[in-house]
This record gives sequence, structure tokens and C-alpha cells, in this order.
Amino acid sequence: MNLELSTKSKITWCPGCPNSQILVSFRKAITELVNEDKLKIENLAAFAGIGCHGKISDYLNVNSFTSLHGRMIPAMTGAKCANPTLTIVGFSGDGDSYDEGLEHLIHAAKRNSDVNLFIHNNQIFALTTGQFDAVSPKGFKGKSTPFGSIEEPFNPLLLMLSAGATFVARSYAGEIEGTKRIMQAAIAHKGFSYVDIIQPCITFFDTRDHFKEKVYWLGEDFPTNDFKKAMEKVQENDNGKVPLGIFYKIDKPTFEEELYK
Amino acid sequence: MSENPQSDIFTIGVGGAAGDGVKKAGIKIGAFLQSLGYQVYISFDYPSLIRGGHNFARISFSKNKIWNDHAKLDILIVSNEGSVEIHRGELKEGVKIISDIPLPKISEDPKVIFEGTNLAAFAESFGEPKGELIDGNTAFARGLQAAGLDFYLAYPMTPSTSILHYLASKQTKEGLKVIQPENEIAAINMALGMVYAGKRVAVGSATGGFALMQEAFSFTGMAELPLVVAVSQRQAPATGAPTHSSQSDLRFAIHSGHGEFPRIVITPGDPEESFKAGADAMNLAWKFQVPVIVLLDKILSEHMMTSAINTDSVLVEKNENMIFPGTPDKVVKVTSYEHDENGITTEKAEDIKRAVERRFAKLENIKSEMQNRETAKIYGDPTSENVVVFWGSTKAPVLEAAKYFNKPIKLVQIIWLEPFDAERVKRELEGNPAFAESYGGRRKIICVEGNRGGQLASLIREKTGIEITEKILKYDSQPFDPEVLAEEINKKVM
Repeated sequence: MNLELSTKSKITWCPGCPNSQILVSFRKAITELVNEDKLKIENLAAFAGIGCHGKISDYLNVNSFTSLHGRMIPAMTGAKCANPTLTIVGFSGDGDSYDEGLEHLIHAAKRNSDVNLFIHNNQIFALTTGQFDAVSPKGFKGKSTPFGSIEEPFNPLLLMLSAGATFVARSYAGEIEGTKRIMQAAIAHKGFSYVDIIQPCITFFDTRDHFKEKVYWLGEDFPTNDFKKAMEKVQENDNGKVPLGIFYKIDKPTFEEELYK
Repeated sequence: MSENPQSDIFTIGVGGAAGDGVKKAGIKIGAFLQSLGYQVYISFDYPSLIRGGHNFARISFSKNKIWNDHAKLDILIVSNEGSVEIHRGELKEGVKIISDIPLPKISEDPKVIFEGTNLAAFAESFGEPKGELIDGNTAFARGLQAAGLDFYLAYPMTPSTSILHYLASKQTKEGLKVIQPENEIAAINMALGMVYAGKRVAVGSATGGFALMQEAFSFTGMAELPLVVAVSQRQAPATGAPTHSSQSDLRFAIHSGHGEFPRIVITPGDPEESFKAGADAMNLAWKFQVPVIVLLDKILSEHMMTSAINTDSVLVEKNENMIFPGTPDKVVKVTSYEHDENGITTEKAEDIKRAVERRFAKLENIKSEMQNRETAKIYGDPTSENVVVFWGSTKAPVLEAAKYFNKPIKLVQIIWLEPFDAERVKRELEGNPAFAESYGGRRKIICVEGNRGGQLASLIREKTGIEITEKILKYDSQPFDPEVLAEEINKKVM
């Protein structure tokens, strides 16, 4: 079946922006799931926050909910509670979920809400034309920190593991097939699925050359049910190497299951 | 009480430390009196702490309709000596004091008739409550339920918390669900996700918590999502005096949310009206796809009153035009951005103008609907040249004060604050033109409110052009005492 997943909306991301690669990965992921009868397209609802990533809902001809800045995650949980037969995916950014709405990220992981969160992580505020954020490296020079930011970033994957997320993964926007596979695995997982997708901002913080060299996929043999190993792996600092893949995946009752028990 | 024109009104006070069971005892006594056929009103006064302090329940009862409690006490029941000291000024001649501990300082006083009973045990002796002795929050929550509430979300905040407690206790496996998320911002955004998926939802908080919801309230207007918001006022600004009352958020409620969009704000005055407001709010929200605020306050939320609530009178009105995710061949888009008819973001001037006008077209429909609604209520003598106007819980002391008026006075209660029924309010305040001549220059319009700024008076001037110069304003966080209020009004209409 040929799904029409595009809208008439003109794509306004910067030419060459890796956000388009995430969009392609998602369309592929969904098309396959629908063709394999694993998903009814009308039962998909795509949420988005505010930031460059948030434009994605205009480019997807599926049910969508574009929230306020930082407030997408509680809206996702709300929709899932209201209709547990829906498949809820959410596109958020590092500014959206690591800064503005951080409390919701932690609580959604804690309550294991059965929603799927894809973070477009470009390590800056991009749509507001380039300021440091919660995951920018210390010393980042942006318009609000002309002498370099004085704050250390935090490690969002480590935070998600400690908050109780039952699916923790990372991908790289340039890895279209890998991102697609991880999105599908996240959707298949019952519980809170968190995927950090490295998405270099080619205009304000172009890290493409850096990450192209540094990213690598976890081996098939990496145990995804070992919390200690996952904690170690997401903190890996081996010559700046950045592991991609599923770090942790366990089964726990979901918030929505508990709600209707 | 001999000079009292309402000699059938009696008042019992129950005082003690937090944790002594003051509230429970007050409710038990009230329920018992009601079971004997009395009309009952109970106020609760307590500080923001868990143990100790001074808690007080004041139960006024009468064979006739009683709208408010009275300050002067016929009986005082205490679990500590301090309670007698605090309420000494309120004791009537011939008062009886009942205590569960010895009161050495006043034990010689012939007023003390009984010592040595435990307050909770004393309350138990009254038996089980009969009839409908209900507070505004519970009545409001039951109104929501009657109108098909699916989800209620709230972060606890006095004086709205008992809505959360009541509805949480009414959850069922397949029916009503109650969620307490991480904060108020999560509560309202979660609620919007539920509405998007097709559920009838309400959120509630005190005004401070509603302040945190402002951005999402505005989103509700932009996305045209039906949502009921219960807002209970307490003394403010900021954290204020959490367990005490005020009516200082009228302007905040009607202007809430950034940007311009239609909304409905209803302010009930007693538990029966709170029930109706809860049910109406849900149905109106769905009919017009707008946010509806029900504006309560500490007094209305927590004080209890003999009430007749008719659950059967409520219909669940659906909106057949709305579609939700999960509908084959339909794509349902909601967005906080300005958007076209397909839910796609737009920045085109003509699209934006059209979208604003589309949203505001509903305001005209709401205004038409308003004509069939009780936007204001009239009590007292409708032909009187003198008018007292008020809103919210101030209804209770005004109607109780009316029993002590020296002259007949027309009483006008405003229920719809937004949209404002300017024509009707103007008509009611200006009085009957047939009597206008006989009024001469004597007529008085008096606005009674629990705030410093005279917010209803200013709204009336804004909407009708009528300037109300006579105001009785109370902003010490305490309820109006009906007899004191009656004196003030009597002085103004001499």
C-alpha cells in the first residue's frame, strides 16, 4: 500500500537540515508498520513540541497535536490514557524537553506511560537563532553567551535511566535506516520509550563532521536488560566515541495499564 | 435574642486544635440538626497547618432557609480553653459552653454546663447524617459527573483540593478516572491531550495554580478544545493566606490566558448553583468548543449548607461535529500555532484574520445561548429603588443579611461574568422605568464584594456604563457576617 504521508505544507527547515532525515526515517518506519499490518494509520497520533523539530507535524499527513513549548509529554500521556488503542509518538527537541519541560520528561519516564518520545537533539536552541541549552558543551559561544556558557551539560540518557524509563536508545539523524529501526523498536515496546536522536544544527552548531567520526552502533550482543551496563555505556567517554543503539529495554506495567486495572 | 427579628436562628460553635476532630464534629452536628428538619449552614475556619492551631466550625440553623452562618453563639463546644478565649466576644447572653476537658479559668462560670466528654465521642452520639448537607466543591464535582465527566486532573491546592478528593473516591474501572500529575502545568496539558482523544475533562486548582496554567488555557482557546476549569479563590497575592477567602480574582479569571479568544466564566453562589455550574460548564464547553471557568472561592468551596440537588435534571450534551484520532480516513490535527482549516501552521495575514474571526464567531453564538440562561438572579423586592449587587459566595451573607434590612431592597446576583449579560444587568440595576420618577435622587446601588478593588463594580461600569459609588468591600480574608453587613446596608439606604 502506498501511504500518502506528505502534506501540502512547504518544508521550511534550512536546506540540508538533518531534521529532514528524521522525517524520512519516520515515514519509512510508519509505512513499513502499516504495510505489515502492525499499525492502522488512523490509530497513530504524532505529537510535536515547539522548536525546529516541531515543524514536523505540518509535514506529516497523520493525526497530530502540536503542543506548547515543553508541554508535549503530558499531552501525549493524556491522549494515551483517554484512548489506549492509539499509538502515540512524540517529536521533541532538547530545548523543548531538556530545558522547558524537563519535569514532564522525568515524570513520564517514572510513570512508564506507554508513549514514544523522539528527541531531536541539536544541543542548542536553534529556532531562536542559537543560544546554549541544557546539553550544550560548557564554553559554548552563542548570542546569549558571547564569552562562552559557564554551565556543564547533563547527560539525558543517564537521567532517563535513573528516572525509570523502560526503553532508552540513541540514534544519529544521518543514520536513516538505523533511526527507522530504533523508531520501530520503540513503537513495539510497551512502556515509555525514549530515543535521543543526535541532529546537528547546520546553521548554529554544525557538529556533523565531529559525530560522523565518533558515532558507532552497539554490537548485537549488547545486553539490553542490564541496568548497570546501560548506566556505564551511556556514560562512555572513550576518546569521545558516541555509542548508538538500544541501551536498555525492560518490561514493566505501564501507567495506562495500571489506570484501567 | 429578643430584639432579633429572626429569633429562630441559633448558632453553635465547635472549637479546638487541628486534629481534634472539629470539622467532623461540626458536620455531625449539622447533619443531626438537618435530620430534625432544620436548615443548616456550616462555616469552617482553620489555619494552614496539620496539628495544633485553632480550628473552628460554626453551625447556624433555623426552621427557615438559612444562607449563612452568624457570628453570635448560643452554644460553644470546645476541646481546649483557648477556644473559649478566642470566641469570648461572640458569646450571647445565656450561652452554654460544652467542654471535653476541665476549664479551670472559667469553670466557676455558670455558662459551663458540661465537662469531660470527648469531642469525637460527643459527635458520634448524634448518629448518621441524613439529607443533603453539602459544600460547594462536592456539589460542583457532582455536577461535572452528572454531565458525563471522564477525567479530572489536579495538583492539590487549598481550597480546590476537596474536588480532587471527592472525585478520586468516585473512580470506577471503566468510568471516571482521576489523575494527580507532577504540577498544574502537567495537569492542564494532560487534560488537553485527553480532550484531543475525545474525553470530557475538567481540571481544578486555586487561583495560584490556575496562574501556572495560563499558557495552556490560551492554547485551549487557540485549539478550540472543550475544557472545564474549576478555579477556587483564596486570599492572595502569591501564596497569600491559603485557608482564607477572597474574591480578588474576578478580573484575573475573565482575562485569563494571553491573546484574545472566547471563553465562558460562571460564578455560582451556593452549593445548588455550584452543582448546576459544574454540569452547565461541561455541556457549554462541548457545545461551543471553548474553555469554561467555574469561579469558586474558599467560602463556597468548603462551607456546607442544606441543599436540594437534582442530579436527574442534567443531560449529557454531546458535540457531533467533533472528530477524534482513530477515525478511519480522517486526519485530526490540533496545534498551538495559528493554523488554517486543515490544522496546518499559517503566517499569512488573511489566514490569521479569518482564524480570529472564526473563533470569535462562536462568541456571538454563546451570547445568544446566554439569553436562555440564568446570567443573573433577582431576590428581595424587585420593585425597590435600592439595589444591592454581588457575585459568588457573597450571595450567602447578602441573602442572610436581607432578613435584617429595614427597608425592602432589590438584590441582584451576577452569575455569568464572561460573556457579560450587559443588557440584563443594566435593566436590573436601572430599575423599573415605571417607578423611576418616584425614586427621585434617593436610589442607591450598592456593590458588595470580598476584594479591595471593587472588581464587579468596575466590570459593571465597563459593560453598562453604570458607575456604582456605594461599595461594601471586605479584604481581610474573613467572611462577611450577615448582621454586620445588614447594619452597613441599612445605613446606606436610610
